Amino acid sequence: MQYLGIQPKRPKIAVFDFTGCEGCELQLANKEETLVDFLAAVEVVAFREVMTDAGDDYEIALIEGAISRADEEALLRQIRDRAGVVVALGTCACYGGVNRLKNTFDLGEANREVYGDKPKETSEVRAVGDVVEVDLAIPGCPVNKAEVERIVQHVVLDVAFSFPAYPVCVECKQRFNICLVDRGQLCLGPIVQAGCDAPCPTGGRGCWGCRGPARDANVPEYLSALKEKGFGEDEVRERLGFFGAFEGAVG
Amino acid sequence: MLFKTVSKDEFEKLVGIMLESNEVVAPTRVESDVHGDPIHEYLPVESFDEIDLNYETTAHSAKTYFLPYRENLSTYTFEAGDWGQEIGYRAMPRILLGLHACDINGLLKLDKVLARDVFPSPYYVSRRQNTFVVGIDHEPCDGGFCHAVGADTVTHGFDLFLTDLGETYLVEIKSSRGYSMLGQVKTQDVSDADTQAFKAVRHRITEQFTTDLDIQDLPNLLDMEFESEVWTKWGEKCLSCGSCAMSCPTCYCYGVEERASMDWKTGSKSKRLYACTIVDFAEVSGGRNFRPDRKTRLKYRFYHQHRGFVESYDEPKCVGCNRCGRACLVGIHPAEVIGDLQREERL
Ligand code: SF4
Ligand code: SF4
Ligand code: SF4
Ligand code: SF4
Ligand code: SF4
Repeated sequence: MQYLGIQPKRPKIAVFDFTGCEGCELQLANKEETLVDFLAAVEVVAFREVMTDAGDDYEIALIEGAISRADEEALLRQIRDRAGVVVALGTCACYGGVNRLKNTFDLGEANREVYGDKPKETSEVRAVGDVVEVDLAIPGCPVNKAEVERIVQHVVLDVAFSFPAYPVCVECKQRFNICLVDRGQLCLGPIVQAGCDAPCPTGGRGCWGCRGPARDANVPEYLSALKEKGFGEDEVRERLGFFGAFEGAVG
Repeated sequence: MLFKTVSKDEFEKLVGIMLESNEVVAPTRVESDVHGDPIHEYLPVESFDEIDLNYETTAHSAKTYFLPYRENLSTYTFEAGDWGQEIGYRAMPRILLGLHACDINGLLKLDKVLARDVFPSPYYVSRRQNTFVVGIDHEPCDGGFCHAVGADTVTHGFDLFLTDLGETYLVEIKSSRGYSMLGQVKTQDVSDADTQAFKAVRHRITEQFTTDLDIQDLPNLLDMEFESEVWTKWGEKCLSCGSCAMSCPTCYCYGVEERASMDWKTGSKSKRLYACTIVDFAEVSGGRNFRPDRKTRLKYRFYHQHRGFVESYDEPKCVGCNRCGRACLVGIHPAEVIGDLQREERL
């Protein structure tokens, strides 16, 4: 199938799952109406949690999940060596995600809390980009399938794509929502990267920032505005820390 | 100019007639804010009871009914080496009920750019022509400064315009379709008492404007204050979130995007409203950005509203509705920014 007379490439893609909920992988199989065409555009060679033999042949590696164990780190490095393009898929891969909350506790304590007297080997949670070089980061908890499709089209046929430079508020306003902040609810919309089409504010729930900071986000000003509006520091800090995406962005 | 009066009962009947064969969009109470004050929006309604004509303002302007936030401009199909194109202009009639004078003035400004300038937009024109506009007088809204920018009254751009005289509405009829529409219910000729009552209402409304904003020499002032610290003060607050332009009745900037379907059989070109305060608004290929910082972007938003537009069309683009100020989560209110500039000049 050609588009504008051009034959799209059909790259070999492998999907790897690290510390995450597999929700992003599930998203790849979502949107049934275009699933067949999506799978025709790429050649999925592996959808797996572990790599078996050394003969795996793929150009693009989609990495889901954060890195939280030594064996994960070693595996990720192998993948980096093998793949031409490494894609961090989803918030866990991009920022560490919810898993990153673990870093705020003592590691031993966290281990005991979860595994009791059968502790597991564990390390600090890191984003994929903290371990190896990442060529493309697709944020979202989970990723937005429509956006993933457009990125795939960009990869296979150079159809123009860029992440929005604006924050969630633009999409929220365009969906004709009443601003939740005006109704007394906390929302990170003004400092969070759009592209999700603002499902959370549309559903009546403030943005939790799963897509990470918007380009040139004015975090300090927004935080002082929230304070002035009476939002508590703890509530705001918890919100910002939830996906681990604002580390460094807050003082 | 033709005036009639219509009783409120008859008016309700008229809305019923409108609803029978048209989509009717009207101010509707949707939420309450943190202080318990009502928040309204212009939304499609199915009955008269959903309408609240006694509203202060709406969070979004009505521009989306003329200039949708997202609009498909053209669809392409590709088949066997050939291609086809389909362009659809919306032509369904719609009634927009209860617009205030500022918002009708806003439409007149959009008309100047999108219907009467060198390149009229057929997308806009088709919607504008197929929308029957009913305006209504109201008490000044909190923080609005429509009178300062000459947008508190309106002389055309609508089909019918209502003034609430208590038991009746005084109706100004501006078009033949407005005349026919109103002709479907019982109306009365305007009596001397009605005229007196109308004048009293207008007087009461005018008396209530309190903002002492003078924009007479604003274009010159903006020239002189190009490097003013005022821009730093307000600009550094700006979140570049675009909510001001999204809520504004007269902001029309947009971006165009091409998309392909996943099966490669169709493509589309669509438009999405944009805002000059967004970080990449003036970014060009190669990554160069002509307005890289917040304060420059915010300044140019004010420059378009109160200087650039005046140069092109002899009037400001802003109608003083203060929707941008209400939407702005860091409190950038246009009247305060302009007031600051004027104080700066007096120093
Ligand atoms: S609800 Fe959130 S995303 Fe929507 S406009 Fe308000 S702050 Fe922005
Ligand atoms: S609105 Fe916020 S939390 Fe919700 S999907 Fe978008 S970025 Fe994530
Ligand atoms: S709404 Fe306020 S913060 Fe957002 S872009 Fe406009 S001026 Fe800046
Ligand atoms: S700039 Fe602000 S006050 Fe002026 S018309 Fe737009 S939203 Fe209303
Ligand atoms: S340049 Fe800015 S102020 Fe002017 S129409 Fe565009 S968004 Fe509105």
